[in-house]
Amino acid sequence: MDASEEPLPPVIYTMENKPIVTCAGDQNLFTSVYPTLSQQLPREPMEWRRSYGRAPKMIHLESNFVQFKEELLPKEGNKALLTFPFLHIYWTECCDTEVYKATVKDDLTKWQNVLKAHSSVDWLIVIVENDAKKKNKTNILPRTSIVDKIRNDFCNKQSDRCVVLSDPLKDSSRTQESWNAFLTKLRTLLLMSFTKNLGKFEDDMRTLREKRTEPGWSFCEYFMVQEELAFVFEMLQQFEDALVQYDELDALFSQYVVNFGAGDGANWLTFFCQPVKSWNGLILRKPIDMEKRESIQRREATLLDLRSYLFSRQCTLLLFLQRPWEVAQRALELLHNCVQELKLLEVSVPPGALDCWVFLSCLEVLQRIEGCCDRAQIDSNIAHTVGLWSYATEKLKSLGYLCGLVSEKGPNSEDLNRTVDLLAGLGAERPETANTAQSPYKKLKEALSSVEAFEKHYLDLSHATIEMYTSIGRIRSAKFVGKDLAEFYMRKKAPQKAEIYLQGALKNYLAEGWALPITHTRKQLAECQKHLGQIENYLQTSSLLASDHHLTEEERKHFCQEILDFASQPSDNPGHKIVLPMQSFAQLRDLHFDPSNAVVHVGGVLCIEITMYSQMPVPVHVEQIVVNVHFSIEKNSYRKTAEWLTKHKTSNGIVNFPPETAPFPVSQNSLPALELYEMFERSPSDNSLNTTGIICRNVHMLLRRQESSSSLEMPSGVALEEGAHVLRCSPVTLEPGANQITFRTQAKEPGTYTLRQLCASVGSVWFVLPHIYPIVQYDVYSQEPQLHVEPLADSLLAGIPQKVKFTVTTGHYTIKNGDSLQLSNAEAMLILCQAESRAMVYSNTREQSSDAALRIQSSDKVTSISLPVAPAYHVIEFELEVLSLPSAPALGGESDMLGMAESHRKHKDKQKTGHCMVTTDHKVSIDCPWSIYSTVIALTFSVPFRTTHALLSSGTRKYVQVCVQNLSELDFQLSDSYLVDTSDSTGLQLVPLNTQSQQPIYSKQSVFFVWELKWTEEPPPSLHCRFSVGFSPASEEQLSISLKPYTYEFKVENFFTLYNVKAEIFPPSGMEYCRTGSLCSLEVLITRLSDLLEVDKDEALTESDEHFSTKLMYEVVDNSSNWAVCGKSCGVISMPVAARATHRVHMEVMPLFAGYLPLPDVRLFKYLPHHSAHSSQLDADSWIENDSLSVDKHGDDQPDSSSLKSRGSVHSACSSEHKGLPMPRLQALPAGQVFNSSSGTQVLVIPSQDDHVLEVSVT
Amino acid sequence: MGGAPSAGPPKTAICIPVITKENYPLYIRSTPMENELRFQYMVHTSLDMVDEKISSMGKALVNQRELYLGLLYPTEDYKVLPHNYTTISKVKFVMVVNPSNTALRDNEIHRMFWKLHNSYIDVMCNPFCNPRTISSPGTDNMVMSMMIQVC
Repeated sequence: MDASEEPLPPVIYTMENKPIVTCAGDQNLFTSVYPTLSQQLPREPMEWRRSYGRAPKMIHLESNFVQFKEELLPKEGNKALLTFPFLHIYWTECCDTEVYKATVKDDLTKWQNVLKAHSSVDWLIVIVENDAKKKNKTNILPRTSIVDKIRNDFCNKQSDRCVVLSDPLKDSSRTQESWNAFLTKLRTLLLMSFTKNLGKFEDDMRTLREKRTEPGWSFCEYFMVQEELAFVFEMLQQFEDALVQYDELDALFSQYVVNFGAGDGANWLTFFCQPVKSWNGLILRKPIDMEKRESIQRREATLLDLRSYLFSRQCTLLLFLQRPWEVAQRALELLHNCVQELKLLEVSVPPGALDCWVFLSCLEVLQRIEGCCDRAQIDSNIAHTVGLWSYATEKLKSLGYLCGLVSEKGPNSEDLNRTVDLLAGLGAERPETANTAQSPYKKLKEALSSVEAFEKHYLDLSHATIEMYTSIGRIRSAKFVGKDLAEFYMRKKAPQKAEIYLQGALKNYLAEGWALPITHTRKQLAECQKHLGQIENYLQTSSLLASDHHLTEEERKHFCQEILDFASQPSDNPGHKIVLPMQSFAQLRDLHFDPSNAVVHVGGVLCIEITMYSQMPVPVHVEQIVVNVHFSIEKNSYRKTAEWLTKHKTSNGIVNFPPETAPFPVSQNSLPALELYEMFERSPSDNSLNTTGIICRNVHMLLRRQESSSSLEMPSGVALEEGAHVLRCSPVTLEPGANQITFRTQAKEPGTYTLRQLCASVGSVWFVLPHIYPIVQYDVYSQEPQLHVEPLADSLLAGIPQKVKFTVTTGHYTIKNGDSLQLSNAEAMLILCQAESRAMVYSNTREQSSDAALRIQSSDKVTSISLPVAPAYHVIEFELEVLSLPSAPALGGESDMLGMAESHRKHKDKQKTGHCMVTTDHKVSIDCPWSIYSTVIALTFSVPFRTTHALLSSGTRKYVQVCVQNLSELDFQLSDSYLVDTSDSTGLQLVPLNTQSQQPIYSKQSVFFVWELKWTEEPPPSLHCRFSVGFSPASEEQLSISLKPYTYEFKVENFFTLYNVKAEIFPPSGMEYCRTGSLCSLEVLITRLSDLLEVDKDEALTESDEHFSTKLMYEVVDNSSNWAVCGKSCGVISMPVAARATHRVHMEVMPLFAGYLPLPDVRLFKYLPHHSAHSSQLDADSWIENDSLSVDKHGDDQPDSSSLKSRGSVHSACSSEHKGLPMPRLQALPAGQVFNSSSGTQVLVIPSQDDHVLEVSVT
Repeated sequence: MGGAPSAGPPKTAICIPVITKENYPLYIRSTPMENELRFQYMVHTSLDMVDEKISSMGKALVNQRELYLGLLYPTEDYKVLPHNYTTISKVKFVMVVNPSNTALRDNEIHRMFWKLHNSYIDVMCNPFCNPRTISSPGTDNMVMSMMIQVC
């Protein structure tokens, strides 16, 4: 290792000590070998296996080779290790037996004896061989013989103690090998010696340490012993091990101090308790501070000397180990520790001496570290050094305060004396720093020399420290140093400079809610602001302090008085207001409306009662408390309607304000909890739900900028709103704690009023709560008078009395005596006057105020209802009975006439609307006293019944059936049914077959009525009938009025039977029964029942010789596929129009199934010739429609499942005339004209004999 | 810095704050009461170190479950021993001890923190507790006993 001598930067000290190896024997020989030896020895490392389980180490060995002298050998009891010879080497070149015997042997013996006398066993004999010498002397014994001799003579059991080094100065491979072997041997032996001797030393040292409880034991003595070991490790460049020795010493000493503190004192420790006389700080620039070391050796060292020396050694070793940051960290611990130990040992220390020592030491450590690191390293390790900077700043500050350098007037004589004493304790500057301009010594001396110099140094240090703290993100520490700086500035009467630091620190404490630091800093800030003349800020801070419970009552009163004093000062500018946030002065706790729903009508009186919690320690007289109100006109506001009022009756009108957390504003990360509410928005018209959702009420709190929480301190953020609408209350004395304040206002303009700000004025000081949250509103409404008429039931039924509710909302109109509603009567609707009907009058909040009898006067045109007297914003309710007179429904249109072809289509539509009641609307025009316009009210009545009729035949006898269906929910009693012929045909008679005159008809059920139709003359082709039946609600008691019967008119046409059709099936001849699969004969008998009638006169009628005949088409259709018709299934016949004219048709059918089979249908159509005028118009259509085969037959009649044969026959019948020619038309005969006398009859068909399978078809 | 704390029997702890994740003091007890302001300044400043330590340890801290951060902010007069709890709640327990009280071993401090932690958990288990302050006589007693316990 090279020793780089002192000059400046990296002052890396290297130990010049090396383990000592003595050389005896041929000195010339050694001198010749030495250069190679000293160069080669450290070249290769050697593993050092160590005792006590310590980890083995690779070690590069060096040695200091000295000539052997007996004095070098340590005497008994000498513990010095540095001067200890670890190995003794004897060098010889001898190769001649004679020479050996003559001189060398004796010399060796002497050498060995000396070693033995000192019980040293670490030796080695080296025999150097030289080829050149060998050649010169021919009679030389083989080399080995000398070696053997020596081994034999000296190394009786340790043959390895003798080594041969061949031709050391040559450059050959043999030489190299020889050297390697020799060096390895040398290293091994050296290490063996280290292990042995150090082990022994350590054992001795431990023994000594164990004696520490014995009287007379000296720490200093022990210190020197263990340090010796450290030196050796350092010598071997085992810095880690060396450091361990010092750390052990450190710990041992600390333990003693602690034990001493606990009362277990050691005598020797009293040496260290001498009063501190010198405080010149750590010295780290020399590897060993011999001065201090000697003082320890002399047992004269003070505690600070010992600590300083110990640390300087630790520092040196740590720097060797490239751990400068650990130096910084340990330095801080050391300094703290020393201060504590001096206290603990009750060492007398002149005031300020320790501060000097710490200050100097901090700077020394920092400069030492800076000396061996580059700028970049230092910058990236600020975290390690900043503590020392901060500590130095703190100490300089306290020195400044101690020496009167911070006071305004400068130091007084006492201060100066103290300064002189302190400087004396520093002594003279040490030579090693004498040339350094910025040495800690010079800095301290200069800083204490004058007020200005102190300020400069202190500010430099403080700013550097703050900057460093800030750069590594230790904001709290930076603010704390800043606060010290602020205190300094305040002492220097420079509050403008102090303010920023105080604000910074306060913001930091506020953000994290540290109550006591907040209060303390705020107090300092208040003083600062007072000095600066920042009136508003000062008053605000004062108000915060006055409400601060961490202060004493007196302090709070003081700050409160500051505000009151200012407020009572006559202001130069009378209009000038000092606006301060209210938060710290008083808090709004709750608010209560009366009326509780916070809605009043125009002219109504509203009370608002608030609870203010005064934070002041004394009662405060407040000139006025003002609530600024924002007014907005809301059009179409649902909130203002009477319905809204009644639906929101439940709210109790109390609004609670969340207690503000000031003076503990929410810290940045802990936001207030979400205030979530369900929200329903209903349609204003029918109160149905439009939208629903969840809203967050305190979004503005959650989403606001974080900084705003600390802007509490900034009064500029509060703006006083000047509004036209204010609520005022004055004067008030706010007692500490809760105060009730009531505002009273008379509602004027309709609209929504939002409470915005709350202000309390004390003289020219205004405390303002800038936003009242949660939002508080009250509404003033004005309402137009309104009339509502609505049925009490879901729907009104026609024909019976029904109740209708009238609601008059008076709004701003006052109902005077004589005011009445004029109802212009609708023709078909009666208003039933009841003597005892009463009207109820409610206030808008649904409190009943009165009721009064209702006077109703009816004339034929007008019904007049005189209203009871009611004030504005009230509701009048009453009920009336109305009766809708049943009107005759349209003639026959709705009827269901069986057999009437035209009605078939309608039948389907009917079924769809089958359960809907027919409604009628009645419009009533009402004149209200508050308006020149009439109000038109539409009432819808439903007809409770649906009626259908049917014509039934039995041969030529005819019956009319009327079906009354009750569609309503009510049960009725039917009575007095009548059916009359309105055309008054003579000879026509309707004979009722209904037995009961009274009949109940239940909800959703039907009642049938039947009349027989009898005539004496030729019946008319059509018959107009009117059905009427009386009805009344079944449950109702006797009704006051007689009700009109329900009527139904209809028309029956072509009801007279013209033809009788009779079909018969006969089994094949010789058979008793029809069998499946065998042909049977079908006889169809068509008989004319009457002579020529009016209805027969149409195109089909032909006349020849006064005999009339008409063309008919018959068709046999079997819808159920029971029968197969063989041959023609249809045919056209010419039918004589004369009574009892008969036409017989015969055809063959085959039953397809066994059992009782219904006969196939026989249908009759009128067969109209194509040349008729009527049909010619339709020619084109019918031509096209022919393709579908449903020409002129109504879809309903088309047999869907008719047999193939019958289908084919129709087709052929028609297709013959298809091409080019117009088709004849078929017209179904009205059901009343044909009577099928065989309908319903069945024929027994038995299975054919070989048919063993019986098919059963279930449909 | 005055106020030599050598008078009287050495006390185990002289200030025990519990600090939330947001560095808000949840609970502070100290003895003697007069020094509370100084303790608060000191503990607050020491949070710099705690933050630094936690962020340098990062995830490893959570994984190791080693909650004790050791002596973090020694001063001339007191030792601040922050003990950081790095579960989800990230609550920090700090203990300011008198440096002269060297009989206090690490394992004792461990044990005290453990007691404190358990007490904190007990308080937080109360469904009615206000998570912004700790006001529990049980905790008070426990903390006071730690502060006046004579070693």
